[in-house]
Amino acid sequence: METFESFLTIGLGHYLTVSVILFCLGVLGLLTRRNLIVVYMSLELMLNAANLALVAFSYFNKSLDGQVVVMLVVTIAAAEVAVGLALIVSLARKKLPVWVNDLNKLKY
Amino acid sequence: MTNILLAILFLPILSAAAITLFTLRRPTVSAGISIGSCCLTFILSVLLYRGAVSQGLPLEISFTWLSVGALSVELGFLVDRLSLLMLLVVTGIGSLIHIYSRGYMQGDPSNSRYFAGLSIFMFSMTGIILANNLLMIFVFWEMVGLSSYLLIGFWMTKPSAADAGKKAFLCNRIGDTGFLLGIIILWGTLGTLGFSQINSLLAANPAALGSWTTLVGLLLFCGVVGKSAQFPLHVWLPDAMEGPTPVSALIHAATMVAAGVYLLARAFAIFSLPAAWPESLAWFNFSALEAVAFTGALTALLAALIAVQQNDIKRILAYSTLSQLGYMVMAVGIAYPVAGMYHLTTHAFFKALLFLGAGSVIVALHHEQNIWKMGGLLKRMPITFFTFLVGTLALCGVPPLSGFFSKDAIIAQAFSKSTCLGTISVGVAFLTTFYMGRLFFVAFMGKARSQSAEKSQETPPVMTYPLILLAIAAVFAGFWNVDTWMMRHYGLEPESAGWFAKLLYPFEHAPMAALLSLAAVACGAVLAYKLYYNAKQDVLPSQLGSVARWLKDKFYLDELYENTLIWCQDKFALVCDKFDRWIIGGALVGTVYHGVELIGRLWRLSQTGSVQTYAAIFVFGFVVLAYWVVNW
Repeated sequence: METFESFLTIGLGHYLTVSVILFCLGVLGLLTRRNLIVVYMSLELMLNAANLALVAFSYFNKSLDGQVVVMLVVTIAAAEVAVGLALIVSLARKKLPVWVNDLNKLKY
Repeated sequence: MTNILLAILFLPILSAAAITLFTLRRPTVSAGISIGSCCLTFILSVLLYRGAVSQGLPLEISFTWLSVGALSVELGFLVDRLSLLMLLVVTGIGSLIHIYSRGYMQGDPSNSRYFAGLSIFMFSMTGIILANNLLMIFVFWEMVGLSSYLLIGFWMTKPSAADAGKKAFLCNRIGDTGFLLGIIILWGTLGTLGFSQINSLLAANPAALGSWTTLVGLLLFCGVVGKSAQFPLHVWLPDAMEGPTPVSALIHAATMVAAGVYLLARAFAIFSLPAAWPESLAWFNFSALEAVAFTGALTALLAALIAVQQNDIKRILAYSTLSQLGYMVMAVGIAYPVAGMYHLTTHAFFKALLFLGAGSVIVALHHEQNIWKMGGLLKRMPITFFTFLVGTLALCGVPPLSGFFSKDAIIAQAFSKSTCLGTISVGVAFLTTFYMGRLFFVAFMGKARSQSAEKSQETPPVMTYPLILLAIAAVFAGFWNVDTWMMRHYGLEPESAGWFAKLLYPFEHAPMAALLSLAAVACGAVLAYKLYYNAKQDVLPSQLGSVARWLKDKFYLDELYENTLIWCQDKFALVCDKFDRWIIGGALVGTVYHGVELIGRLWRLSQTGSVQTYAAIFVFGFVVLAYWVVNW
């Protein structure tokens, strides 16, 4: 009974589980999707999964340190998206494909 | 005094720099600069002579050039009787030859380059003469080698001239290697290279060099063998006649090749030490001076024999130079450098005269050098004829011309040291008269042997005046007290004598030697007259057969070197080349190179260029890392 209750009461473990699931979804999307924009969205998902974990730790540890890190991550994510989207837009302007598997110029 | 010395040394190089930088396209200006600087050097040398004599000798001025640890290299001047004599000879004859060159090189497109080369040579030669230490001598020694190379190969489009230049340079290089080793050993044992320090050290302690004594002498002598073209490195000098004739006169007869003798006289204190060998070489047991004497005698004899069967006027004179250099070296070798320097001085006058006379004939005959195509020059070129006659008589040693006194001094001393050397020197005197008589009778007397000889005309005054001046010097140099001057240098007290007593001195002092050498001269002259006066062709080859052929082909020494030394070197170079190509390049470098390349090729396969692959690998790596962190 106790175990069932603790199962129903939302604790740290639940938050972390969700965070891990989100992160794994993000990784999966990153590795499998072919559209650059979707890949970017997956990347954001991974960042936010991490954010969720940080916020949860912050709440349960009664400390604001985690929140600060989250702010930082959000800022960096915004900057990164700005750069990434700019790249995608310029690719599109040059009429180049935005499909990841066609962008393999880094090959030796 | 210092200013005069610096001016004497640096005027020629300044003129060379001015010519190469500014007046390459103006031959007249270049010639003017070069001739002017050389004559000015001569005037300054005379001033230096007067100043130095009134101030007292010797005079030494030195600056520290660079000092590294215990080694301090000095740029210094040593003005004593020896260097003053040599300086006057070199700048005096140099000036005349510079002036003569103006006529000889008239119309040559590279006139300026020629005069720049002469100026570089004058700079290097005065450097050797004035140097107060062996290292400075060595530096300028190399520079005369360079200028000699540049001037021998002056007509560099002619393959034979280019080859002759290379040959001279390489032969000198062999000698100079020994010279440098000698200098290093000397510095290692005595700790100084200055002549005055060396002299005082050796005077205080003749065993200061220990067991190195003879070896140092022989190594220094190597430099002399190269520069003064002694056997076995004499082969470069005859080939050096490919250069313009004034160059042959200045560098390869009068001055540069005499630098070796000058060095012998300069460093006589080292050569004259008693024999001392390292333990393992003790069985050699001869002293440096003995080696010097016999090398000189051998060279004198060998070259005189070869000269008998040459047909090129310049080559005959070249072998004659070799032979006379042999005399000088031998004179030092029999411990009488006075006679060596004496003969150097007189020889410089008459051999320069002979070469310039030959040059005059060559120009008049449109670059014909074969004596069998000359002849009948008395009427057509009287000045050249008579000056050449004077030179010939002086070289043969006919009294009272200068050559007689200096050669007699050597022969007399040779007899007093060893009968063998004395006999050789008299024999060489006979051969000298014979080949010079042959040259003179064939090239100048009789009837013209070719069309160009029939049409020849006397050369312009710019060429004949130097001839006349040199002829005067060749006649009277025996009365200029060169020998007493040099005797005082070596601390000997000469008997003072008037010019008449001077003339009789050889007959009173050593009558046997004087009469023998006169008899040799007479025999040689008569034989040459019998065989070659009005001769249509050379009779010796038919009478002597293979001997004449051996003489004509220079005892096949060039071929011998070609087939032994050069062959060995070629083969060795071939082996080295193969080793470099296959072992070093193929096996060692090749393994490393191909190994790296192969590994790189494999790793390159992982570079797919797809970002997602990289991300996947990254994730995989992260998972492994996480697993490792958690479970260990």
